[in-house]
Amino acid sequence: MSTFKDAGHLFRFAGLFVLAFLVFLVVRHYVVPKSFGQYGHYRGASMGEIAARPVKFAGHASCEACHTDVVDKKKNGKHAQVNCEACHGALAKHADDPSTVKPTLPDTAVLCARCHTASAAKPKGFPQVVPAEHSNGLPCETCHQPHNPGMDAPKTDAGGAK
Amino acid sequence: MSGVEGYMYPNEITLYWSVLIVLYPFITGLVAGAFILASLERVFRVEAVAPTYRLALLTALAFLLVAPLPLVLHLGHPFRSPEMYFTPHSTSAMAMFGYVYLWYLMAVLVLEIWLDYRREIVLLSQSSKGLLRLVYRVMTLGSSNISERSLAIDDRVGWIVTLVGIPSAFLLHGYVGFIFGSIKANPWWSSPLMPVVFIFSAMVSGIAGVMLLYMALTRLRKQTIDMHCVDTIAMYMFYIFIIDFSLEMLDLIHRIYEADESFRSLDFMVHTKLYFSQIVVQILLGTVTPLILLFLTQVVKFPEMVRKRIYVLSGCLALIGIFAMRWNVVIGGQLFSKSFLGYTTYKMSLVTREGLLVAIALTLLPLFFLWVLVKLLPPWPEKSAQAPAAAD
Amino acid sequence: MKISRRQMLILLPAAAVAWESVLAGTPEESPNYKMSEHWWGMLIDVSKCIGCGNCVRACQTENDVPDGYFRTWVERYHVSDENMTRPEVISPDGGKEGFPVAKGDEGKYFFVPKMCNHCVDSPCTQVCPVGATFIGPDGVVLVDQKYCLGCAYCVQACPYGCRYIHPQKEVADKCTLCYHRITKGLTTACCEACPTGARQLADLKDPKDPIHEFLRTHNVQVLKPQMATGAKAFYNDLDGSVR
Repeated sequence: MSTFKDAGHLFRFAGLFVLAFLVFLVVRHYVVPKSFGQYGHYRGASMGEIAARPVKFAGHASCEACHTDVVDKKKNGKHAQVNCEACHGALAKHADDPSTVKPTLPDTAVLCARCHTASAAKPKGFPQVVPAEHSNGLPCETCHQPHNPGMDAPKTDAGGAK
Repeated sequence: MSGVEGYMYPNEITLYWSVLIVLYPFITGLVAGAFILASLERVFRVEAVAPTYRLALLTALAFLLVAPLPLVLHLGHPFRSPEMYFTPHSTSAMAMFGYVYLWYLMAVLVLEIWLDYRREIVLLSQSSKGLLRLVYRVMTLGSSNISERSLAIDDRVGWIVTLVGIPSAFLLHGYVGFIFGSIKANPWWSSPLMPVVFIFSAMVSGIAGVMLLYMALTRLRKQTIDMHCVDTIAMYMFYIFIIDFSLEMLDLIHRIYEADESFRSLDFMVHTKLYFSQIVVQILLGTVTPLILLFLTQVVKFPEMVRKRIYVLSGCLALIGIFAMRWNVVIGGQLFSKSFLGYTTYKMSLVTREGLLVAIALTLLPLFFLWVLVKLLPPWPEKSAQAPAAAD
Repeated sequence: MKISRRQMLILLPAAAVAWESVLAGTPEESPNYKMSEHWWGMLIDVSKCIGCGNCVRACQTENDVPDGYFRTWVERYHVSDENMTRPEVISPDGGKEGFPVAKGDEGKYFFVPKMCNHCVDSPCTQVCPVGATFIGPDGVVLVDQKYCLGCAYCVQACPYGCRYIHPQKEVADKCTLCYHRITKGLTTACCEACPTGARQLADLKDPKDPIHEFLRTHNVQVLKPQMATGAKAFYNDLDGSVR
């Protein structure tokens, strides 16, 4: 047994390792989040946290539930497939509390130009004009009703809540 | 969009891996290389390099202690780093860092140093005073057995630890090469040669580093430099450098020959943005020049003074060249767009957490640690603890 | 998504209830959403994109994307007649405010919206050292920002450049396919805002989703197919010059 006596220091060194490993296991048990590994090598609870983030765009279905008159105007025109918030911006706050939160009307000079300014890069069939030549500086809504922009559509007011 | 030429994907314009990420493989490379030099004596019985054995181990330890710092300073959330120990992701090369580092530190380097120095530690724990005495007593782990039999056991176990330490050193630095080499998204990095090139250049840098430290410290102590030792070290450095250079040339020639879709973009980058750091510093100054100088010392018998100067010059150039290699890999890999249509610029800051000043401080810190270690555990035979039949 | 008036009357109260908990901020699975019933992707029709930038702006609003970084962006390609392999590409501020007018003297132009491809064999989730980014059981690649170290390895590993490190939060960030919306039966913000239908959310597990018919009747590609990432953003009419 003299080998063990002369190798005692090695056992002490190894003992440190074993002790550290045990401490590590205990700490690990308390520190690793409970949902880790639930679906894979990640914290399962994070999916719920991400899903719980606030929604800023209400989605056109919410708008259409109340603004049925606009739906009627749009459905036969060229903008039928353009969603409400594509032009009006994020309005979940308005949908949540319609009487208190009022949306602001978009500035047509900027808004319409973004899509409809002529450019060789846009698809050929897409309606596009050179704004300066097209309207001589007049705002777009002088001739086009945004919810149904065709020239042959009735030029009554845009609709929607006042 | 300043500093951008051509087209970069919008999120690619900023570089995410800074000079600290260049420094990390340079430091672990020095660790691995220094350890290989130590193993030359311990395992491969190259007696000539014995004077540098202990110094090489202490150098490796000094640099290894600093190695995690550039990584931790780079992280967005450094206090979450323990996650790498608690939930390492088995498919990620980076995840193995925590365990490989710990293994190499405790089960290889610290163990080997402890076993080699144990006799001195025990003697010093008995002869020192005050705080230092406490430090040495803790290091003995409570055992004061320095009988011949125990020292013989230490020697045997130490030999096994060094043997295991060689592949461990390759793993410590090779996995960094794999971190880059396994990224298929980046053609400048993606290559099976990457871990191999990293390891061989690491060996050159580590050997050069220990050689320079040995020469400098011996001069400072006003002792004579063992030329047989230094000549042998330089010879090994030369041959390993040849292998390293061949591997890097192989990568280059292969790239030029195959000329895949990334080639034109990378070629343009090397000729413009990376011209100075790659062609001038890494290849010409940092590889070809030291290779030629060392080759001359192998074929021509120069007088001692000339050889010393050549070794110092080659060693310094090699270190600069290998730092440049890490720079060209890490920074170069982020300067070009993955669309192959453009380039950006690395704006290295000065005083931020990942800036130049921090990088310089982290390069100098290991030298400070080495100074402490050399004072605590002197690697020089004549300064070791006085005991009958002293020097080993 | 076409919903009838009747379906709306049923869905609205349910949505309102979900909204309450959403606005209260408590993390919970949305009612009626089962992960195993969905496998999400996206259909992008290059022939319909007009480069208006609505999607980029909507994404920034919906997800608080920091300036200078992009969860989605639009590129404009100009492929000259002589050389298809060297297109001229621009993306001014990610295309957020649209693009300058193209002269159109020679070659062809088109717009390509880009985003996270929610790859099945994603190289980004492969390299994460701690398991902070992952593909969920419903096919969306997400980042757990409470667990992420900010090491940026995933950013380096993405072949498409869709990830970035959030400058304030210092964690990895990227398109979440508006997970907080699609789990409530809404579409993504970018699809909601797109005026031409160039972007459409696709549920590959839903037999009634139009993507199945579309994939059968059109020539569709993914970006960088040679990377074999299993990308789930499918591009219709994608030119060979697109990088």
